Amino acid sequence: MSHYQPLERRVVTVPFVIMGVIALIGIYYLVERFIYGMGAVTNLNDGFPWGIWVVYDIVVGTALACGGYALAVTVYVFNKGRYHPLMRPALLASLLGYGLGGIGAVIDMGRWWQFYNLYLPWQMNFNSVMLEVGLCVTAYVIVLAIEFSPTVLEKFKADALLKKLNKVLFFVIALGILLPTMHQSSLGTMLIAMGWKVHPLWQTLHLQPFFAVLTAFTMGFAIVVFEASLSSVGFRRDPETHLLSGLGKIIVGLISVYLVFRFGELVVRGKLGLIFAGDFASLMFIIETALFAYPLAVLLSPRGRENARLLLFAAVSMLLAGSLYRFNAFLITMDPGPGYSYFPSLPEIMVTLGLVAIEIMIFLFVVKKFPVMPREERGAQSAA
Amino acid sequence: MAMNRRDFLKASLGGGAAAVVSGGVEARPNLEPAPQAVGMLFDSTLCVGCKACVTACKEVNDLPPTIVGDDVHYDSARDLSAQTFNVIKVYTDGLQTTKDAEVDGYAFEKRSCMHCVDPGCVSVCPVTALIRDPMTGIVTYDVDACIGCRTCMTGCPYNVPQFDYDNPWGALHKCEMCNQKGVERINKGLMTGCAEACPTGATLFGSREALLEEAKRRVALKPGEIYNYPRGDVRDPDSYHEKAVPEYRQHVWGEKEAGGTNVMHVSSISFDKLGMPPLGERSYVSISEGVQHTLYSYLALPAVMLGGLTWLVKRNTEDDEGDDS
Repeated sequence: MSHYQPLERRVVTVPFVIMGVIALIGIYYLVERFIYGMGAVTNLNDGFPWGIWVVYDIVVGTALACGGYALAVTVYVFNKGRYHPLMRPALLASLLGYGLGGIGAVIDMGRWWQFYNLYLPWQMNFNSVMLEVGLCVTAYVIVLAIEFSPTVLEKFKADALLKKLNKVLFFVIALGILLPTMHQSSLGTMLIAMGWKVHPLWQTLHLQPFFAVLTAFTMGFAIVVFEASLSSVGFRRDPETHLLSGLGKIIVGLISVYLVFRFGELVVRGKLGLIFAGDFASLMFIIETALFAYPLAVLLSPRGRENARLLLFAAVSMLLAGSLYRFNAFLITMDPGPGYSYFPSLPEIMVTLGLVAIEIMIFLFVVKKFPVMPREERGAQSAA
Repeated sequence: MAMNRRDFLKASLGGGAAAVVSGGVEARPNLEPAPQAVGMLFDSTLCVGCKACVTACKEVNDLPPTIVGDDVHYDSARDLSAQTFNVIKVYTDGLQTTKDAEVDGYAFEKRSCMHCVDPGCVSVCPVTALIRDPMTGIVTYDVDACIGCRTCMTGCPYNVPQFDYDNPWGALHKCEMCNQKGVERINKGLMTGCAEACPTGATLFGSREALLEEAKRRVALKPGEIYNYPRGDVRDPDSYHEKAVPEYRQHVWGEKEAGGTNVMHVSSISFDKLGMPPLGERSYVSISEGVQHTLYSYLALPAVMLGGLTWLVKRNTEDDEGDDS
């Protein structure tokens, strides 16, 4: 008997149709992009070669998809089996998020029809951080698909295959922890090569991979709390507050470490003054830091952790903090020199929104038809 | 704020930025100039802004002129683009009366690929579409390898690589020092198109070594004395012309910046005013490669991690029988 159950609700609902409309608008502009070129739909230029398709779809999107990663570390490395009920929805969201990242990469690739060069050993440049990201993300999408496949196999009662898969799944899970550690840190390392264009408040050189992994974790845990809270509200299910408050404690630890190193770097390199420079970058830094500090303040007290509403607010703040950190570093305060500016065009935004809408539609469909959500066991404290 | 960024980054790159954490993460040193490095020297004080080099470049590369309004007599390119790999820009201040004066003056500046000694674009390209020639140090582009990810543009300290966004089958474009496939002027013993066309010797071709020597000689000259300026290839000039020496800045751009460049500049105007980026001596990619290779050397660290993780996961799933793994 599985600990998970399909929700068995109606698929075509009003929100689902609205998402569908957004998706169609996005697809319309995507078709334009492929017919007329990227210039026809984006505001990209030679100072800002990466816009929201890279920075949201890949850099931020994959971090938002780190729920599966963060939970896997908790459950399998730190052996906290009681979080297991949250695993499948987190894995599904991760698979979709990374899938979106992969699609985003191809859409943004100026010469997408040659993408396979990335996988030809004689074309690979092993000095390239981007190569590591590309290969690792590809591998991780496959790993996520395998990790999630028991859900599908269960649905179609492919018991023999499921049994075989379960025998080797531990190795796949281990890979599923290693790969995000690798490419999430590399997303940070990419900022080093961007050099002086990255604002000093975000150009932490050797610390870049460390901050990137840390924020991937915080965002991963935050998205798990966010999704669980939201689905308990949206689907009127029992809130899983008892599980989520435990994650709250982990988040407190992670944010504390992050803030200590973040400010430590600023102190050691003498950049503290830039926070009070009173310019746009300093404002962005202060907003970002406040978004990190709020969940810390809420989750430090047991009362905050046990309050479902506060927990949700903390998670949202955490998500915004991590996203803003990456947006700031890669785009918002990035300055390639005089004469260049970038703000995403409406079609660019619609493509990204369309992809996210598709992601949500698939998520809703799958949780309603496949055994993804934890079975409701009233009174039971832990399912695992 | 621009000053903050500039000062800070120079300071942090100049003096061992590695200090903070990760003592184990060693950056590799900057790459050294290629053994037979060729390059160009642009002397801003000699440039009269005729843009013969812009036109010559377009002829060599078979590119259309950039026409703005009714002015069809001149190529009006304002900046680098997918159709312009070399451009002359102008610095102006106040009344704009005196050439090569920072205050109330004007000056010309050439923008084209600097052919870095330790090129960011080459380091960051995942598919080896940008190649530093091991002998000449020239940085060329392989369109058949390129996937269009544009990481090279983010990794170039000078914003040189240009992507053709308006073409659905677009590619990357930049100066390949006239040595790209099908042109190969340098291999044939010719000089670059722009150096050949330059009437004043403002753009000089030659070996990096000879050019650096010439550049250092010039900035050491006494202002006002007469110097015999060569034209064409510094090692075998087509001709010379005599001219009074201007007040050079004591700075050869490209001798050391981010590991140095094969295309170097001298000028009477400070280089940040001419739009050069705030660079220290350390190349950023030497740092990122150091980090990357420390983490991924022979994939040793990932392999050890995978081993540990596999053991942990196996142990922690065994007591968790069955159907929900």
